[in-house]
Amino acid sequence: MADYITVNDTKHPLPDDPRVSLLDFLRQEVGLTGTKKGCDHGQCGACTVIVNGMRINSCLALAVMHDGDTVTTIEGIGTPGAPSALQKAFVEHDGYQCGYCTPGQICAATAMLDEIAHGMPSDASDTLEGEIQISDEEIRERMSGNLCRCGAYANILAAIRDVAKEKAV
Amino acid sequence: MTAHFKQDGPVESNRLDGMKQGVIGKALPRVEGLAKVTGTAPYAAEYQAANMAEGVLVTATITRGTVSSIDTQSVLAMPGVLAVIQDSRMTTRAAQGTAGQAPQQEPQTVSYWGQPIALVVAETFEQARDAAKQLTITYDAEEGAPLDPQAVESEAKEGQTVNQGDLAHAMAEAAHSVDVTIDTEGHASAAMEPHAAIAQWEGDKLTLYASLQMLNYNIAELADALGIEEEDVRLRAPYVGGGFGSKLGISEEAVAAAIAAKQLDRPVRVVMSRQQVFQCIMRRSETHQRLRLACDDDGRLTGFGHDALVSNLPGEAFAEPVLQSSHFLYGGDNRSLSLNVARIHRMTAGSVRAPGEAVGMPALEVAMDQLAEEAGIDPVELRLRNIPERNPEEDLPFSSHKLAECLRQGAEAFGWDSGPRTPRQHKEGEWWIGTGMASAARVHNVSEAKVRVSLIADGTALVRTDMTDIGTGTYTILAQIVGEMLGLPVDKVMVELGDTQNPRGPGSGGSWGAASIGSAAFMACHALRKTLAERVGTSEEELSLKDGIANSGPSLVELLDGKELSELGHYEPGDIADDYTASGFGAFFAQVRVNRFTGEARVDRMLGAFGFGRVLNAKTARSQCLGGITWSIGAALTESLMFDPNDGHLVNCDLAEYHMPVHRDIGEVEVLMVEERDPVASPIQAKGIGELGMCGGAAAIANAIYNACGARLHHFPMTPDRILAALPD
Repeated sequence: MADYITVNDTKHPLPDDPRVSLLDFLRQEVGLTGTKKGCDHGQCGACTVIVNGMRINSCLALAVMHDGDTVTTIEGIGTPGAPSALQKAFVEHDGYQCGYCTPGQICAATAMLDEIAHGMPSDASDTLEGEIQISDEEIRERMSGNLCRCGAYANILAAIRDVAKEKAV
Repeated sequence: MTAHFKQDGPVESNRLDGMKQGVIGKALPRVEGLAKVTGTAPYAAEYQAANMAEGVLVTATITRGTVSSIDTQSVLAMPGVLAVIQDSRMTTRAAQGTAGQAPQQEPQTVSYWGQPIALVVAETFEQARDAAKQLTITYDAEEGAPLDPQAVESEAKEGQTVNQGDLAHAMAEAAHSVDVTIDTEGHASAAMEPHAAIAQWEGDKLTLYASLQMLNYNIAELADALGIEEEDVRLRAPYVGGGFGSKLGISEEAVAAAIAAKQLDRPVRVVMSRQQVFQCIMRRSETHQRLRLACDDDGRLTGFGHDALVSNLPGEAFAEPVLQSSHFLYGGDNRSLSLNVARIHRMTAGSVRAPGEAVGMPALEVAMDQLAEEAGIDPVELRLRNIPERNPEEDLPFSSHKLAECLRQGAEAFGWDSGPRTPRQHKEGEWWIGTGMASAARVHNVSEAKVRVSLIADGTALVRTDMTDIGTGTYTILAQIVGEMLGLPVDKVMVELGDTQNPRGPGSGGSWGAASIGSAAFMACHALRKTLAERVGTSEEELSLKDGIANSGPSLVELLDGKELSELGHYEPGDIADDYTASGFGAFFAQVRVNRFTGEARVDRMLGAFGFGRVLNAKTARSQCLGGITWSIGAALTESLMFDPNDGHLVNCDLAEYHMPVHRDIGEVEVLMVEERDPVASPIQAKGIGELGMCGGAAAIANAIYNACGARLHHFPMTPDRILAALPD
């Protein structure tokens, strides 16, 4: 038992109430409200965070299940003064409108590009083994757990594609 | 000082185009962009308040009747529980857009399944949620509430019926005609941010952080519900996580939070669950429509009929305005239009993005496609031949009209094949491939708006209004309009929105936000320019402002001489609305694949060409169009509210069961913005663009499905089961 969760390099004690979801822990107890609650049922992806390098829906996990884990939230990915390449690309390509799904989209995209780099296949991949070529269809498939009701999908795709290309160079 | 302008005529002066800063219309990134992408933009539920309690709404599990008792003792002993609120001032429905007064109250009277009846408040969210689930409620249910819109006697909606000439005769005499019945199912706004409110009292003064579109109306609605004065209410909504109509009126959680916070004398937060947002905010009504079109040998319409049946709860004034653009989009001397409302006990029907045209236009445009086929005329050409010179019912001129250009430019950019259109001509493996098109139309509205624009002594500008930015781009376009008029780059223009301590804006709704608040800002800037011109010793017309310098001479800082200069811009629509028909127009083109074996339809690519007056920001305007096209795809293929026929409750009340488009549903999307200046639409020559992108688009997809595989469906959404059933042998 570590009794704490590391969030963006800072240790936070586990909540007393075992019913607290990782999402509510981040928003209410840690005070990082960049992670959004859109449905609280794992259906929209707005609460996506990166836990030990993998993206998850933080609303579907209890905080106490993540004893000792390392969590990266949108606040840990970049700040207004030092945004990440994806954050900058979302601004440039207008990859959002209302902005509510945006932190989840960016967390998901950040981890998703690593998944491709590590050769994890998706429904859009040609084969289950070997190197995966980044394509629009790969990105669309892998981002389909993150809903955007404003309908910014085409721009989100453009933003991710830009960063993926830069990474590949 | 107030710069007031009531628009009784066209504004031909077109001052914005004479300015020097060069920021208006540019594809600038959103000024609040970095806050959004870094998660530092605060939404309604995210404000911090000491000692805040958490409230969870409890909703009814009967369709109609009364709450006979709520056993509060059953939960008050649970850990952390503070109160069960059952105040008669609590609201049971969201207010309709622009209501300006409290919606239905008295939560003990139930009129639909899922209606809020109480609020449980506890120290933590987990405690409140648990207690809300445990609360024991007994009802006195009233059986037999009507639930099926087609099984009740409907009532005619006033002011919607048109009878001109003799449509029956025209249909009988026509060279070609179409008489079809088309159904559309209900839609949900499903904004990503659930409805949420934090209420905080200081004595008799209430501050409420909420997720709302129209603070200028919401303040009156909230004050009325609570029985207090507007002066004692401050609403704040600087960031709103989408609205699409669902946040037009004050909603149940806001009033409940305010009542609870007063009773407990501490701040209270109430956030609706996703299921509650679906069940007790607003639905777009399902529609049952009949289209009758008659034309001569050349495809010119001689008769035009559009009748629609929609539904709502008893007592609700709103009726989905299905016929809104049908009144003027196409000619035809013999006209018959009617709108009827069925009173049933499903949740409240209200505005969901593009109320009216969102469902009326797809039905009309499917009928037009059938008429084109009947007459053997290319569908683009058929529409071009039927663009009226003047509004065919009111004999009014159009303020501007870009339908023909949109049809032509869209067809060319899409690569539209105007040859014969027999279905099933293209096959790739399991997939039939086809194309389809449709016109777009959405009425243009403006609304009264006020904004204060101040030039600060340091040479920057500050723009303040209670107007909201719900993702539409208000922050950015206001910075651009003010920057253009006052000669400042946008980073020198600060914009403060979503606070009722500021002057009343028009609210975000009906696509009227940008043109209305933009015109108010324009008026304020125009007045500021007059003052600056006097100080320079020239006229306003001769004053050139760029990068904080006036007429290549004194700087703004020097002209201000240490003192702030401020104007209240006040824009009011005037008589002009009675003299013209104003609308945005456009055209959609789609290429669709239909699977021969599963009936699945996929949109490979879609193009929208739109004419909506001046483009204020090419980036954010394009995004609005993209959003509309995305909604068109959802309306065409997947989105459908499903109600239990026994008790009327919404069955698919979450984001897994209500199928809005996801990333992989959206193929290649292209937007053409056909620029124009509309001096009638607003003093800044702009029209609305928030809704046009989904006003007809679903028909382009439906028509492409027909062209691909020969399945002519008359029921949206066109799900695989329906397509399979309609496939010809």
